[in-house]
Amino acid sequence: MAVEEKNTRCQVGLTGNSAVAYAMKQINPDVVAAYPITPSTGVMEEFSSYHADGKVDTELITVESEHSAMSACVGAAAAGARVMTATSSQGLALMWEVLYIASGMRLPIVLACVNRALSAPINIHCDHSDSMGARDSGWIQLYSETVQEAYDNMLQAVRIAEHPDVLLPVMICLDGFITSHAIENLCTLSDSEIKEFIGQYKPRHSLLDTDNPVTFGALTLQDNYIEIKRQQSQAMDMAKDVILSVGKDFEDSFGREYGFLESYRMEGADVAIVILSSAAGTTKVAVDELRRSGKNVGLVRPRVFRPFPYKELSEELKGVKAVAVLDRVDSMSSFGGPLFVETRSAMYGLENAPAVIGRVFGLGGRDYRVADAVDVFELLLNIKDTGNVDKVVDYITVRE
Amino acid sequence: MSEKEEKKKGWKDLPIGGVLLIPGSAHDYSTGGWRKFRPILDEEKCTDCKICWVMCPDSAVKVEDGKMVGFDLEHCKGCGICAVECPDKVKAITMVEEEENK
Ligand code: SF4
Ligand code: SF4
Repeated sequence: MAVEEKNTRCQVGLTGNSAVAYAMKQINPDVVAAYPITPSTGVMEEFSSYHADGKVDTELITVESEHSAMSACVGAAAAGARVMTATSSQGLALMWEVLYIASGMRLPIVLACVNRALSAPINIHCDHSDSMGARDSGWIQLYSETVQEAYDNMLQAVRIAEHPDVLLPVMICLDGFITSHAIENLCTLSDSEIKEFIGQYKPRHSLLDTDNPVTFGALTLQDNYIEIKRQQSQAMDMAKDVILSVGKDFEDSFGREYGFLESYRMEGADVAIVILSSAAGTTKVAVDELRRSGKNVGLVRPRVFRPFPYKELSEELKGVKAVAVLDRVDSMSSFGGPLFVETRSAMYGLENAPAVIGRVFGLGGRDYRVADAVDVFELLLNIKDTGNVDKVVDYITVRE
Repeated sequence: MSEKEEKKKGWKDLPIGGVLLIPGSAHDYSTGGWRKFRPILDEEKCTDCKICWVMCPDSAVKVEDGKMVGFDLEHCKGCGICAVECPDKVKAITMVEEEENK
C-alpha cells in the first residue's frame, strides 16, 4: 500500500486525551492503575468506559492517590504484566518516589503525562514543570507535538519500553489542554495492526512464576548498587537505537516518520529555535512567515528528551549562527530551563559553535503566539549580524 | 554459585535491576553481626509455647522436634522481640549485652 494511502485512511477527529485513551484501549494492557487529575482526567474517564463496557481485558485498579497508582503499577509490572497509567502535574509529583523505583527495577511501564504546571501558585494549565522535574528519574521521555503524535508515541512506547535491551519505563508527554483537549484530525490504526506491531509481552522475570522464584527490590549496598545503576545508564543509552528502530518499523508499517528530532526548514538556516511539543506548531507558522520575507530561519523540535539526543541535536544545529532554546519550564537555577542547559552543553566544543540563548516561556498556560516566535527570531537574526548576546537567559511572554 | 562469588560480578553480568535470582539467599547474609544484645534462654522456665518462634522477624529461633532449643546467632540481630513476646508469666528470655557474653 502506498504511504499516502496509509496516511489518510481511518481519519477521525479526537482530543489528545481521547486519542491516548483509544490507544490504551487498543493496546489492551493487563493492568492500569490510575487516579484522575486535570488535565489528564479524560484519559482515565474514557479508558474506564472501555473497561466498563467490556472492551478491554484490563485489570483496572482505582487507587486513592498517584503514589498508590505508581506503586500498583510497579507491583503489577514486577508480576509480569503489561502496565499503563496516566497523570499530570501534582499527580506526577506525588508519584515521584515510585518513579525511580519503576526505572530502577527496570519495569517497562508506560505513562501518559498530560503536561501541567506545578503548584504554587496552583494552576491547571500547560507547562512542562511536571515531566521536566522527573527528567532524571530514569524514565524515557517522548514529547508529542500533536494528537496524532501522542497516539503514535503511545504505541511505540510499548515496544521501546519492553525491548530486552531497554526495559525502562516510558513517559509520553502531551501539552495539557492545548493538545489534550483540542480536537485534531488523526489517522488511527486498526486493533489488529496494533496487536501485530506491539506483539506479546514476555517479561524477563515474574513474581508469579513460582517455578523460578525471584526477589525484586532487595537491599543493595556499596557492593552492588553502583553496578545496578551502571546497567540502568546503559539501558538508557541502548534506548537510542531502539527508539530509532521502532520508529523505522512504525514508518515502514504505517507511513509516519519518527526519529529523535523533527527539523523544520533547517536547509540553509542562519538561526533556529529549539522547542518541545505543541509550541513547535506555533513556531512553524513564524518560520513560514519569516521565510516568505527572505529570512533564513528554522526550527528543531526534539521528540525524545530522555535519552537526550545530544549528538543529533548538535549535528542539526552546527551550521547555524544563533540558536534560541525555548523552555516551557524554569529550572530555578538562574540559568534557564533544562532544554536550554542541555542543548547548550551539547554544542560545547563544536567548531564555530553558534551562540545559544535560553528563553523561558508560556508558564502556567500563558499563550505563546506566532508574534512571540517572530520576536525571538528577530533577536537571533540581530545576534547573528552583530555578534552581541545581551542576555543569555531571560523570560518571554511575561509582563514587564 | 555462592552469593559471595556473585557479588564480584561486573555490571554487565549481574542480573538487571537488582533482581535476586537465587531463592532463600537471605540465609547467606549474616545479620548476626548487627547484634548488640544477645537473647539468653532459661530452659527451666521455657514452656515450648513457641510464641518467640512465631514472632522472630529473622527466623532465628531454633525449634527441633517441637521444642524451642535456642537461637541461630548467625541471623539473630538482637532486636529483643522474642524476649518481649515470651508470655509475662514465663519470661524465659533475657537480653544480655554482647560484651558481657565474651
Ligand atoms: S516464647 Fe518463651 S516460653 Fe514460649 S517457647 Fe519462646 S522462650 Fe519458651
Ligand atoms: S532477638 Fe530478635 S532476632 Fe534474635 S531471636 Fe529474638 S526475636 Fe529473633
